Amino acid sequence: MRLTFTYFIIVLTFFFNVNANAQIDPTLLKRVPKDTVKTLNMDALYNRPALNIGKTPISIGGYLETNWQHLTTDGISEGHQFQARRLSIFMSSAISKRVKFLSEIEFEDGGKEVAIEFASVDVEFHPLVNFRAGIIVNPIGAFNQNHDGPKWEFTDRPISATQMLPGTFSNAGAGLFGKKYSGNWMVGYEAYFSGSFDNSIIENTENKTFLPAAKDNPERFEEINSGEPLFTGKLALRNIKIGEIGISYMGGIYNKFQDDGIILDEKRRVSVFAIDFNTTIPKIKTFITSEFAWINVNVPSTYTQQFGNKQHGGFIDIVQPILNKTILDWEKATLNVACRLEYVDWNVGKFNETGGNMGEDIWSIMPAVSFRPTSQTVIRLNYRFQKQHDILNNPASITDGFSLGLSTYF
Amino acid sequence: MKKIFLLLFIVILSSCEESYVAVPADDEVLDGTVDGLSTEELARFLKGDVAFNEVFTRETGLGSTFVSTSCISCHAGDGKGHPFTTLTRFGQADENGNTFLHLGGPQLQNRALPGFLPEQIPFGATFAKFTPPANTGLGFLQFLTDNDILAMADANDANGDGISGVPNWISMPSFIDPVGAISLNGKYIGRFGKKAAAFNLLHQTVNAYNQDIGITSMFNPIDAYTNEEIDPEIATSTINDVVFYLKTLKAPIQRNQNDAVVNQGKNLFNQVNCVGCHKSDLTTGYSPISALSFKTFSPYTDLLLHDMGPGLNDGYTEGSAKTAEWKTPALWGLGLSENAQGGNLFLMHDGRAQSIEQAISMHGGEATNSKMAFDNLSQDEKNALIKFLKSL
Repeated sequence: MRLTFTYFIIVLTFFFNVNANAQIDPTLLKRVPKDTVKTLNMDALYNRPALNIGKTPISIGGYLETNWQHLTTDGISEGHQFQARRLSIFMSSAISKRVKFLSEIEFEDGGKEVAIEFASVDVEFHPLVNFRAGIIVNPIGAFNQNHDGPKWEFTDRPISATQMLPGTFSNAGAGLFGKKYSGNWMVGYEAYFSGSFDNSIIENTENKTFLPAAKDNPERFEEINSGEPLFTGKLALRNIKIGEIGISYMGGIYNKFQDDGIILDEKRRVSVFAIDFNTTIPKIKTFITSEFAWINVNVPSTYTQQFGNKQHGGFIDIVQPILNKTILDWEKATLNVACRLEYVDWNVGKFNETGGNMGEDIWSIMPAVSFRPTSQTVIRLNYRFQKQHDILNNPASITDGFSLGLSTYF
Repeated sequence: MKKIFLLLFIVILSSCEESYVAVPADDEVLDGTVDGLSTEELARFLKGDVAFNEVFTRETGLGSTFVSTSCISCHAGDGKGHPFTTLTRFGQADENGNTFLHLGGPQLQNRALPGFLPEQIPFGATFAKFTPPANTGLGFLQFLTDNDILAMADANDANGDGISGVPNWISMPSFIDPVGAISLNGKYIGRFGKKAAAFNLLHQTVNAYNQDIGITSMFNPIDAYTNEEIDPEIATSTINDVVFYLKTLKAPIQRNQNDAVVNQGKNLFNQVNCVGCHKSDLTTGYSPISALSFKTFSPYTDLLLHDMGPGLNDGYTEGSAKTAEWKTPALWGLGLSENAQGGNLFLMHDGRAQSIEQAISMHGGEATNSKMAFDNLSQDEKNALIKFLKSL
């Protein structure tokens, strides 16, 4: 294997030294400027590079994520894997000066899963009062909205943001959002009512309370399982010199407590609280982003503790640019070292039978090296070391290995 | 710059293989196959392994009342179970049969899907709790011959050692063809379960799917919740694959076999006559799985029932066993039990013992002499015997 890598690097080096002009002429495409340089996480869906082609009223863009990985669990490996994680295509349109449309269609795992991740119309009445309707991304935490692959130095999305919180959780819904600027300060809010979770969050093959299971229900775009909408709200505050902090909540009734007028069960609620923070340390340019969330689910006491009623977890990414200059003929290229620490406990509590702590937790450390030839393209090499306990807290299963990925906007 | 970039990548990537965590040694885990399986048998083992790990939901047949959502929930790492998944059996107070079958016996489904209520132990029913056993080496036990089991029995204590093991003679379910098995008054020798009330691994597996998870099969189509016959919720081939998986799980491998203290402990184990029930060096008969045919193995059980005294008499029984009688549990894998029980030990039939010493102290009835002999050992000798047991 080492020999293979060595050959790979030698071939790569050869190409670095050869000039070629085989790509499409970029002058045919017009880059759409970003809306603003003052952004919050909530702007991430808009703050993406896009292109106009000729005089068409629609801007298009997207990103691609692909990688190689070689992981082992308890020393046993499935071998080398090349993965086409996702291809996302954005399409947006300024219908009028204050009416905008934006959509994102995502193809995951080479098209195995295709989903409209986001498709909404925004109508601005005032900078503080914008009406949004369509398929919205529920703004819980920061990653859910700011999830584009090229923005991150890691091939894998955070465990807490995808395996505890439902990553890129979107629903049909509507609500309001707004922003206010004052000097170095920005404040923003979002508040939506939308489609909700369903019984699958406590009845699934993951064998644990698993909010992402609700994403597998395509009917959530036309029918709310409980008949009661999910509320998601977020308040974000940013100081350009300090950083951004966001506090968010998502909650509602998840179970089908009545059908055809017949009461089947009591109303059972799921509540999620999240706090996120990001900052860039001046001078040394260290970028830190983190998110932590707490989940409470009303699980029937007569069900199994396999499906817990409390969860928490989060992650922190630390990214340190070590070179920012012309590298290999790429102007303003950046070489970063980074590290992600993450932790999730899917079942916080004690066994009724013994009083001992329930496990079902995971922690991971992931050092990384990333190279950005431009800000919109990243090549990243990650090493993961992860320990996961089963519900009984038996000796941890250890996963470790490398991944090398490419992600870029287009 | 290019040189630095290149060097960095080469250093990191070239260290890949050395950075990976090593596979645990065979004797440190219970999972794994018996030696000598063909590639076809290995493929079937894998199919059974996948099925053993399947998590059932309402859509795939779970419940409506149940104890656990999957096989692996009760047998983490193929080891012993935890009080979280301990089974409760009720309704049979003597060898004349269960009188509470019409009220949900023999097993309590103490959990229920949302919208349903779990079962309760009916008034007047006696009950016992059973910790799920380890799965390893079960194929060897299945292919031990009836004659060999009977040869270890000593119903009238003819040798005068105070031990009088007897088989559990059980009624055979209709889906099992007991061809070649020894029969007594239309009943057959059971060998699996705490009371040895299951004839073979198919019997055990069908019961577990039905009573633990609420999954009906062609073998047992009666729904544990409604007590009505319903369509099978699992394929017959899947059950057969799981049975094959259980048959071909390897026997636990003893560790530290050359350690002087371990060998001293083994001698003491024999000296205080633990081996009177916990038999080693048994040999299988013929098996269609050649890897299990005529193999010598050391489970440290005789598969027989023994009266364990009033302290372990819960007032519940199965088959022809009396309420104080329990099948000798296999001791192989004992040293790895903590790795399946969350770092703790839950020993004896219901997990009431938190340590090996405590488990020994709970032995009564036919094991009284051995327990007293253990008590009379010096502390160093006791430690050596315990070390031997932990090496299994």
